[in-house]
Amino acid sequence: MTYVNVRFDHKAILKLVKPQSTVLELGCGEGDLLSLLIKERSVRGQGLEIDEQAIYASVAKGLNVIHGDIDSGLAEYEDKSFDYVILNQSLQQIKRPDSVLMDALRVGRKVIISFSNFAYYKSRLQIFFGGRTPVTGALPYQWYETPNLHFLSVTDFIDYCRLKNVGIERTIYISDDKRVRFLPNLFAQTAIFLVNRGL
Amino acid sequence: MKTKRIDKREEGIGVVEPQYYTIDSLMLESGEKLGQVTLAYETYGALNENKTNAVMVLHALSGDAHAAGLDTERKNPGWWDSMIGPGRAFDTDKYFVISSNVIGGCKGSTGPSSVNPATGRHYALDFPIVTINDMVDAQKRLIDHMGIDKLLTAAGGSMGGMLALSWLVRYPDRIRSAIPIATAIKHGPQQIAFNEVGRQAIMADPHWNSGNYYGGPPPAKGLAVARMIGHITYMSDLSMEEKFGRQRKNGNEPFKFTADYEVEGYLRYRGDSFVKRFDANSYLYITKAMDNFDATELRPLQDSLQGQKTKVLVIAFKSDWLYPAYQSKEIVKACKRSGIETTYCEVDSTYGHDAFLLEVEEETHLISHFLKKVFHEYETA
Repeated sequence: MTYVNVRFDHKAILKLVKPQSTVLELGCGEGDLLSLLIKERSVRGQGLEIDEQAIYASVAKGLNVIHGDIDSGLAEYEDKSFDYVILNQSLQQIKRPDSVLMDALRVGRKVIISFSNFAYYKSRLQIFFGGRTPVTGALPYQWYETPNLHFLSVTDFIDYCRLKNVGIERTIYISDDKRVRFLPNLFAQTAIFLVNRGL
Repeated sequence: MKTKRIDKREEGIGVVEPQYYTIDSLMLESGEKLGQVTLAYETYGALNENKTNAVMVLHALSGDAHAAGLDTERKNPGWWDSMIGPGRAFDTDKYFVISSNVIGGCKGSTGPSSVNPATGRHYALDFPIVTINDMVDAQKRLIDHMGIDKLLTAAGGSMGGMLALSWLVRYPDRIRSAIPIATAIKHGPQQIAFNEVGRQAIMADPHWNSGNYYGGPPPAKGLAVARMIGHITYMSDLSMEEKFGRQRKNGNEPFKFTADYEVEGYLRYRGDSFVKRFDANSYLYITKAMDNFDATELRPLQDSLQGQKTKVLVIAFKSDWLYPAYQSKEIVKACKRSGIETTYCEVDSTYGHDAFLLEVEEETHLISHFLKKVFHEYETA
């Protein structure tokens, strides 16, 4: 299958989602990923988004989107309401990632999380040699304009999963639209995790 | 042949004639049976062969069947004219739009100002208590009569939103979707309180005469005050500031209790013009129906929605303090719990409750795309 103008990370997430499943995307933005999942995987999709203009864009794509913030918007769903809950680059922007992740694992049978790896080697170099907060392709913001409230690395997230008994089913590491298979905490710009509630 | 290009969106519907449908008898929630119930309605656009493109728009407290186009006197556009017509949100090139006046009303449908066939006199307070559900039952009979199995949507703001919720809870197999706008599952005490002040104003007018004023002067002062209170609650402090400020009326020197400020003049004008077109007893009955409405009366809303294929689009407005967004979020919460497909938008508007009639651009965007999807799914189902 070939996709024209589809983001590499979206394609990677697509591979993790089974056809005909149900998906809740937290922070669906203008709905590009959700539309892709509906088109290619025939999922039943629901989005949650805080930005009013992004909602208009999503609705124009025929999506179901609820206006609201992720921190409070998840609690109202019943257990196991969806096959997948997706947090695509939104984990860093929520106030309480821990409680949201736990709740996402309650509401979804599986959770897909993608985030920018703060320990990417170029970021490390910028801090170490430049003495400045890093600005990279995956984290393109200056400190004074970033929407991100939290920064984490691949290793941080793996530690977190271990601490909380979250089961990691699959990982996909990406840098410059290529898979990274060697030392991901150093070389990945974006990390995608498929996790479950574990035991 | 040369044809002049006309922007159809500018053109609108044109002149629309009201229609009437009479139901032999209607069983009301109160247990009373109402005979010979007439519903006034208008339709716009054409019903397709399979009758799959019908949409019902539902009016608010003071609305009527005249939702779009010009009335027969060519004076008044419908209350949602900006939303209904060729190329508009409810696109009459695609959809068959039905707008029906509610029972209990005074604009062609049976209500307290109608003549009771049993006595030959106006019903007045002999008219039975009607509910939002009764109003919907009558509308359901209308679409039965039209041979429409499923409506694409039941859409409306304020009381129209309550009617949409009633459709959703009671006739889920007769609608593909519902669009409740600026509304609530049930009234809170503040909403009941404002309605009660309006009712008391009417009943305090000596012309009201326990509802028996037909043939004599109506309780115009009381109804005008009720409407003035209503208009205050439909605006926001910001929209009032922008519209009136502390502007004094032209040429008026401050004097004893004349309408010194623009806002006073506006409210007086609105009150006085309302009296010419609305029946005071209908105002009592309909506000009571709104206060009594509770979409969770029989069971929690999520239980009513559970397993339904109906889609829901909920719209609220940020500055609406009469039907605050948190009340719309209660609807959304029930939708989430039940697992039905839901879209919700809280539109950033300064117009207050009136926004559902004024924020045409945002509503058009949301409704037209939503409806397109619903129609497509119905056609391919």
